[in-house]
Amino acid sequence: MKEDKNLHDYEFTNDQYSQLDEIIDKYGKSQKNLIPMLEKIQQILGFIPISIQERIAQKTGISENDIYGVVSFYSYFTMKPRARHRIQLCLGTACYVKGGKEIAETIESMLNIKQGESTPDGRFTYEEARCFGTCGLAPVMSIDGNVYGKVKVEDLEEILSQYK
Amino acid sequence: MLIKEWADLENIKDKLIVKQKLNKDGKRARITVHMSTCGIASGANDVINTFRHLLKESKEKNIEIKTTGCIGICSKEPLITVEITDQEPIIYEHVNEEKARQIFHAHVKNGDILSEYAFVRGKESEIEERLKNGGEILGQQVVDNSIKAIEEVPFFNLQERIVVRNRGAVDPYKIDDYVARDGYKAVYKALKEMDSDNIIDTILESGLRGRGGAGFPTGLKWKFASKSQTADKYVICNADEGDPGAYMDRSVLEGDPHSVIEGMIIAARAINAQKGFIYCRAEYPLAVEILTKALSQARAYGLLGNNILGTNFSFDIEVYEGAGAFVCGEETALIHSIEGKRGNPRLKLPYPVEKGVFNKPTLISNVETLANIAPIVLNGSEWFAKIGTEKSKGTKVFSITGDIVNVGCVEVPIGTSIRTVIEDIAGIVEGDKNIKAVQLGGPSGGCLPVKYFDTILDYETLQQLGTIMGSGGMIVMNEDKSVVDLARFFMQFCESESCGKCIPCREGTRQMVNILNKICEGNGKKEDIDKLEDLANVVIQSSLCGLGKTASNPVLSTLNYFRNDYEALVK
Repeated sequence: MKEDKNLHDYEFTNDQYSQLDEIIDKYGKSQKNLIPMLEKIQQILGFIPISIQERIAQKTGISENDIYGVVSFYSYFTMKPRARHRIQLCLGTACYVKGGKEIAETIESMLNIKQGESTPDGRFTYEEARCFGTCGLAPVMSIDGNVYGKVKVEDLEEILSQYK
Repeated sequence: MLIKEWADLENIKDKLIVKQKLNKDGKRARITVHMSTCGIASGANDVINTFRHLLKESKEKNIEIKTTGCIGICSKEPLITVEITDQEPIIYEHVNEEKARQIFHAHVKNGDILSEYAFVRGKESEIEERLKNGGEILGQQVVDNSIKAIEEVPFFNLQERIVVRNRGAVDPYKIDDYVARDGYKAVYKALKEMDSDNIIDTILESGLRGRGGAGFPTGLKWKFASKSQTADKYVICNADEGDPGAYMDRSVLEGDPHSVIEGMIIAARAINAQKGFIYCRAEYPLAVEILTKALSQARAYGLLGNNILGTNFSFDIEVYEGAGAFVCGEETALIHSIEGKRGNPRLKLPYPVEKGVFNKPTLISNVETLANIAPIVLNGSEWFAKIGTEKSKGTKVFSITGDIVNVGCVEVPIGTSIRTVIEDIAGIVEGDKNIKAVQLGGPSGGCLPVKYFDTILDYETLQQLGTIMGSGGMIVMNEDKSVVDLARFFMQFCESESCGKCIPCREGTRQMVNILNKICEGNGKKEDIDKLEDLANVVIQSSLCGLGKTASNPVLSTLNYFRNDYEALVK
């Protein structure tokens, strides 16, 4: 497995750590609460690096192995920090059929990154999303939760320029 | 207030009907903005904010602004309905801030209908009544008959509404709206007038089959789940609608959450479960929000929690947010996910009805299946069994997208032909390219060419042709689209969503993607097609769960019907 050395090196503020501990105390030690707990933690920290997984393991007694297994399995979780703005391009079937592939290629070449990566200036993270269920507007793209429907290649530059 | 008696339900209904009448308390007009994810994404928030602003500015006290979920025809969003006392409602399409302003000043304030922006006149929930009265509702004046009546539009009049019975008619944030449409009367009947066997027999006799894809008889599943005598049992609503291109469950959850909750309570009563989960995918944040609110309103009425309706039956439901994994729609993977583990599936013996969540008997049903339950209990199994085909009863909701005019959710009797859905309801773009194929059932389904469009939509017929009803995603493609590329798309999807537990699925799908890439990029040879076909069959036969067992279907069905397309790409 590819292990990014940097996954261990992130620093968080004391305030973030105390929020984290509060969540862990609230959800308790049972594995059945692990996924909702991790969802809350990611909302606070933005991502769940290995160091945080270790802290959760120490405090809950759930094995690091199990926590890593869950974090790496579900696409909702990420171990890397995201950039300021998160582009999610829907690649459901309707979006694909309606030209989503060209949109994907254009975004990748405009930002010079591949899906799952962030731009070096920390401006955009680009991800492919599974169907949002808004196929009526295909192809669909979301930036920071703002949904853009019927996106055309020629609209991309203007849409992205709104996010500095 | 706790609801305990039938009269309590009737009281809420009566009060709300009076409240909703225009011209009571001086109310003269109502603007309803239809706000599901599709509507909001098209700008419904700007529209409703414009109306709120205009209303405030005008200082008029007699105009009401209301919201409901999607009315089914997503491609016309944002949609609004304007009602004026004693006049027929008008539905406007593609509304934006500017149109909203014009509609407010002309129609809402002065009664001048803007027919150029109008879509139809009349409400979907009143179609039956309109047809009975020769296209009118008594007491509602037809002001502009240049606008089509809703019952004249094939998109609406060819549908049969059971699952989506309340769309456009209820505000999903208000339980009283649901009660006013006879909501929770089926729970009353099931808890106070029926026993477990009665309920199960009703569902069995109705002929309802699971709408999640496989079509297993729902009543039979309930019967198996009821057998075990243990105290702890679970009812799970599978709302992990992961099929790309399918969104009917989202539409139901966002538009009419109580229809699903009511189905779950009845299921719980039938098998004697105390606890339920709605496993909803994280990509549907609005559905999660609406469900959470709906559950707390149901609790406040004593329809969930301890001693429901004052009986000795107790049951409560929790929303469990998935974390993004297609395979979690598979029952055994879903169970592992609720237990806080990786969503790996397991062999399906024992079945979840014997050993499910936390090793307790668990009944898992899909959103659409559960939304069918209350009407069946209320109207009886015979009523339901009259709809559909001999082997498949009732209706099926399809979400239709692709190269068509009306993108949206449609509910039709099982046995309706593909042609009716695509040509009459969805509508083909005139003067556009010819239609080439329809893809049914998502990554587990297959592609059918136009010559099979007279095929009826039911479980067995579709299976014989190498596709499935599945969750109901229907994607129409014109002749510009490559079915080989589409097969590659689905294969890539399955490869990336494979949980990796079993080798045939993990490695097989990967190799199939490699071959398909080679073919699509023009580097394929004729032998590659045969290799692809062989591998597809191996993956089907040797995979552990439904994901792997069906992952090859898009490839096999396109190889079967569009082999020429593959051959044209290889050397």
